[in-house]
Amino acid sequence: MSGFTYIEGARRALAEELERDPRVWALGEDLGRGGVFKQYDGLQARFGETRVVDTPISEATIMGAAVGAALVGSRPVVEMRFSDFALCAVDELVNQAAKNRFMFGGQGRVPLVVRQPIGVWRSSGAQHSQSLESWWVHIPGLVVTAPATPADAYALLKAAIRCDDPVVHLEHKALWPLSGAAPESDAPAELGRAAIRRPGRDVTIVAWSAAVHEALEAARLAAMEGVEAEVIDLRSLWPWDADCVLSSVARTRRLIVAQEAVRDAGFGAEIVATVTEALGDRLEAKPVRLGAPRIPVGYSAPLEAAYRVGPDNIARAITGMAA
Amino acid sequence: MMWRIRAFERAAEAGLANGHVAGAVHMSIGQEAVAAGVSAHLIKADVIASTHRGHGHSIAKGADLHGMMLELYGRAGGSCGGKGGSMHIADFDVGMLGANGVVGAGLPIAVGAAQGLRLLGRNAIAVCYFGDGAANRGPFLESLNWAAVFRLPVLFVCEDNSWSATTRTATMSAGPGIAARAESLGVPAVSIDGNDVEAVDETAGRLIADIRAGGGPRLLHARTYRLKGHTVTDPAPYRPAEEVAARWEDDPIARNAAELKALGLDEDEIAAIEIAETRRIAEAVAAALAAPFPETAAAFDDVQDVGRPAPGAERGLAHPLPAEHAA
Repeated sequence: MSGFTYIEGARRALAEELERDPRVWALGEDLGRGGVFKQYDGLQARFGETRVVDTPISEATIMGAAVGAALVGSRPVVEMRFSDFALCAVDELVNQAAKNRFMFGGQGRVPLVVRQPIGVWRSSGAQHSQSLESWWVHIPGLVVTAPATPADAYALLKAAIRCDDPVVHLEHKALWPLSGAAPESDAPAELGRAAIRRPGRDVTIVAWSAAVHEALEAARLAAMEGVEAEVIDLRSLWPWDADCVLSSVARTRRLIVAQEAVRDAGFGAEIVATVTEALGDRLEAKPVRLGAPRIPVGYSAPLEAAYRVGPDNIARAITGMAA
Repeated sequence: MMWRIRAFERAAEAGLANGHVAGAVHMSIGQEAVAAGVSAHLIKADVIASTHRGHGHSIAKGADLHGMMLELYGRAGGSCGGKGGSMHIADFDVGMLGANGVVGAGLPIAVGAAQGLRLLGRNAIAVCYFGDGAANRGPFLESLNWAAVFRLPVLFVCEDNSWSATTRTATMSAGPGIAARAESLGVPAVSIDGNDVEAVDETAGRLIADIRAGGGPRLLHARTYRLKGHTVTDPAPYRPAEEVAARWEDDPIARNAAELKALGLDEDEIAAIEIAETRRIAEAVAAALAAPFPETAAAFDDVQDVGRPAPGAERGLAHPLPAEHAA
């Protein structure tokens, strides 16, 4: 591998878009110092304080200002530090950004991107670890993306910035240092297109973000038992690639959804429901949803571990289902 | 202008009474002087963010009256295609970026619009209307601080009508008031009688000149009164009748007419303005009544480009199987 990392993908994507389009700008807390995870490192020095803007700790206004700035024709990239903090700006995201175009009859467009780092990471506790993608996917008007690989951290962020609708871009904190293949071109990803990360004939596992890697590890473990799992990385959750998932399950006739988020009322339920509606009479096993129990994330290592699904659980589900 | 707003709102009130207008309709009857006085100093390129009580701001900014009336009547061709109604009136062509159903939501949108205009090198300002109740929400603090920090070209206009829906705002607000709050956040503020259209005109003119000269944000605190209930359907029994009667004596339109008369303007000329505006609005109402409703399919437009509602979604259909597996 070339050493191209997830964080480098994100940083390079934003830099290239800032370079390409003078209407693009970024705003958020501590961006001048590189952001919480250094995903903005060097960008303010290169593009100046009016293109990479340090803001007060005012999440509602960071998001609301981005809506206003987008309405007059600029293309803001909003940083929320942690997905959890986006909850301080829910009105601005849900009632303003997502509704504007529809409510005003298509007069305005809100081409903003909200970067929301998600996921369990280094004992961060209950308010810095959530994966709330199902909330955002539920809101008509929002596009939701969740890269799992360095190449997608690059290509999906580019696609998000070029999208004319508001995009919630979920970056997993544990993936920042992940190394992988650099993208083959500087093209943005196609929104709504999943990737098959591992082909297999026996079971389909649908995952996104960090759970993709756990699913891949589980598939490797299951393969030692002679069960071949196909792993689909959704890449974007709205729109989501139902064609890819249905085609895969139509072949394997078995479905597991693995998500890091709380299982109940999560996005996995949507996938299971869609597959069941379309293929229910052709399935050879009941679909399985794997996700966190309905608890906040604990600080202490064993408590945090109780939240995680993990490759072993997924692998057991795979082999159990194929038995 | 004040008469045009008054006539529009009288028509909206009548439309609601006879069942042609639906939903929540918030009147600004009694507050017309603020929108008229501020807008006198705005150019088309300037943008405004408004409140749920947004008819007056829109009309004063030059919004299309026929489009607005079609919108209230829920008809095709309305400013928002029938998707907004009174509470979400907007006319982006004249920089009217929308009335808002959430109290205080326009504040951050206005500061962001000002920041965006600056980034794009456009020489224009943003005006944000909000009520006295909004000053008790977090976005007020955040937005004023933000505008001051970035010295943004924003005029904050507080239309202080004393009421937060059905609660007297003074009973819910600590401290010496909105102008003092603004000053404490580094935003110069002026309090005036908002029912005096000359005072609004003069003060707004001065503040907007300061803003255009690069002076950063300003706040205009205009004391006025909502002569009607919170919505058209609210008889406002929580207000003492004497208070309302006394405030009708201070009706900005009647006051302005009296002042014009004192200056020597003929009574007939003043009446002619009223008649002309009433007729203009009556034409908009007639056009709205004659217009068709939007097609149901329009409910699926303008949601989003990618991932838009799937074909058949309106009939609750599941995702169709890809063709090769449809057997």
